[in-house]
Amino acid sequence: MHSWIEKQRNIIDFTLSSLSRRKGKNIALLLVYTLLVFLLASVMFFTHALKREAALTLRDAPEIVVQRMSEGRHEPIPRKYIEVLNKIKGVTSVRGRLWGYYYDSVIGANYTILVPENFPYKSGDIAIGSGVSRVRLAVKDDMVPLRTFDGISIPFHIRDVFSSESELVSSDLLLVSEPDYRRLFGTSKDLFTDITLKVRNAKEIPTVTEKIVMLLPDTRPITKREILRTYESIFDWRSGIIVAILTGAVLAFIIVSWDKASGLSADEKKEIGILKAVGWETSDILLMKFWEGAVISLSSFLAGVLLAYVHVFFTSAILFEPVLKGWSVLYPEFRLVPFIDPYQVATLFFLTVVPYTVATIVPSWHAATIDPDSVMRS
Amino acid sequence: MMILELKNIHKIFNQGKSYELVAVDGVTVSLEAKKITVLKGPSGSGKTTLLSLAGCMARPTSGRIFLGDRELTSLPERFLTEIRRTSFGFIFQQFNLVKGISALENVMLPAFPLGGSHSALKKHAQELMELFGISGRALSKAEWLSGGEAQRTAIARALINDPPVIIADEPTAHLDTKLSREFMDIVGRLKAQKKTVIIASHDPLVYEAAVIDRVITMRDGKIEGAEA
Repeated sequence: MHSWIEKQRNIIDFTLSSLSRRKGKNIALLLVYTLLVFLLASVMFFTHALKREAALTLRDAPEIVVQRMSEGRHEPIPRKYIEVLNKIKGVTSVRGRLWGYYYDSVIGANYTILVPENFPYKSGDIAIGSGVSRVRLAVKDDMVPLRTFDGISIPFHIRDVFSSESELVSSDLLLVSEPDYRRLFGTSKDLFTDITLKVRNAKEIPTVTEKIVMLLPDTRPITKREILRTYESIFDWRSGIIVAILTGAVLAFIIVSWDKASGLSADEKKEIGILKAVGWETSDILLMKFWEGAVISLSSFLAGVLLAYVHVFFTSAILFEPVLKGWSVLYPEFRLVPFIDPYQVATLFFLTVVPYTVATIVPSWHAATIDPDSVMRS
Repeated sequence: MMILELKNIHKIFNQGKSYELVAVDGVTVSLEAKKITVLKGPSGSGKTTLLSLAGCMARPTSGRIFLGDRELTSLPERFLTEIRRTSFGFIFQQFNLVKGISALENVMLPAFPLGGSHSALKKHAQELMELFGISGRALSKAEWLSGGEAQRTAIARALINDPPVIIADEPTAHLDTKLSREFMDIVGRLKAQKKTVIIASHDPLVYEAAVIDRVITMRDGKIEGAEA
């Protein structure tokens, strides 16, 4: 065992001095390789963390949201529908929700306005998201005026500026009481924006949705799973754009690394001949080439993944922000919660480190099987 | 005592092709242990080929080679490498040092796959370089060495695994007269250390040296004559 370790150590030592001989070439390769892993890992970490963020946001969401449809569009839903839905077996709670969008003509931005289930403040109070606070330069206890549907300006007392676990969705949020919401938009007391349902047993959700459509044919039930799926497909689509852009870079890298790894120069071939002549076995030479490929690809991989981690979780993916977060006047200023899926890292590892290492070994194997006496004749 | 016996050895390159070349043609020769033997002959006479066959660097097309009592001809590549590593030290015509690494690392090179302690190996390599008066150049890169220094490094490398047989192919081809004489002095020291030395050379400074025990003349792949 000790001898095996010493042998590896000796061969690694030699490999490292070998690598330092072609310093410029190897450093260039290392940089390109690191950049590639960095880009791929950034996209991977970012989309994954966003999806997780979305899942976190929806964790406490109701199982089913019922919307009323009219002329193919989403319309306010009558209060009386709540009684109908309450009678469906398996449904544990039914609640009417009020939410909409408020256009702020001063800033030219759209806010999401919502009546929460338990608004802790009184009428005339408001809680705002950190994005709104930023653009309106408004802090806690300031007054912020909002215009009603009929053009009257109502001052609201800011009771809270909240920063949530996921700023991505709460940045542009306004929370108001139910009477204030109805006053702002002129919504009748008999109407809600939509109705949410909680279902005790997740397996009953398909049956419940079927019953809803039967009982209230002008409604559309949306399940939590569908919302999650939509989020995922949006993020997948966006990361797909980035990956498509990166494909060119990946191909260029494949060509460079294949050329570097597969084409042994005359010097390298001669060196293999010398090693064989002085008593190295073919397997020793392959071991050396394996370490050579592994040193380059592993260090690039680790550096790339580490940089991607910093990029995504500490600088909020500054390079991809416009594409991946979407376009909005109010950019959420948030930090994703660091999360790494080992399965994804393993996939990236097998897509980058393994092919490179193999590409390094195969041509050397060809060269290493030659008779060492070729050295005598060179 | 015979250390190497070659029996009816043929080596044909590109056999069956129009440009087939018979490099060694039915050579039978026994080489004595702890003696210095020179294979002499003009270019293309088959000296280098015979040397590489004797040193397990290549396999003969036909014939049998014995190292002591052990027949080498039928051994698989793995065993041949093992024998090459433990029994032979090679000094090549072009010295064949690996460029870009230090002279010291070049000397240590044949011992790397053996798995010995790195520090002990380094110490042994330094001792050998000291012995040949090149310890001051230990950390110089191979390409910075002069012809004489490069050759001494190559000799130290050939001795690192302490093999009983040293094989040298045209060792003075790139050396001036002074350095060639110094090389022959080193060969004399190797003989004193009970090493068997086999040299292929057409340099009179080598085959006429007093230290030589036997000269074998080759021409057209055959042995013409041997003198003691």
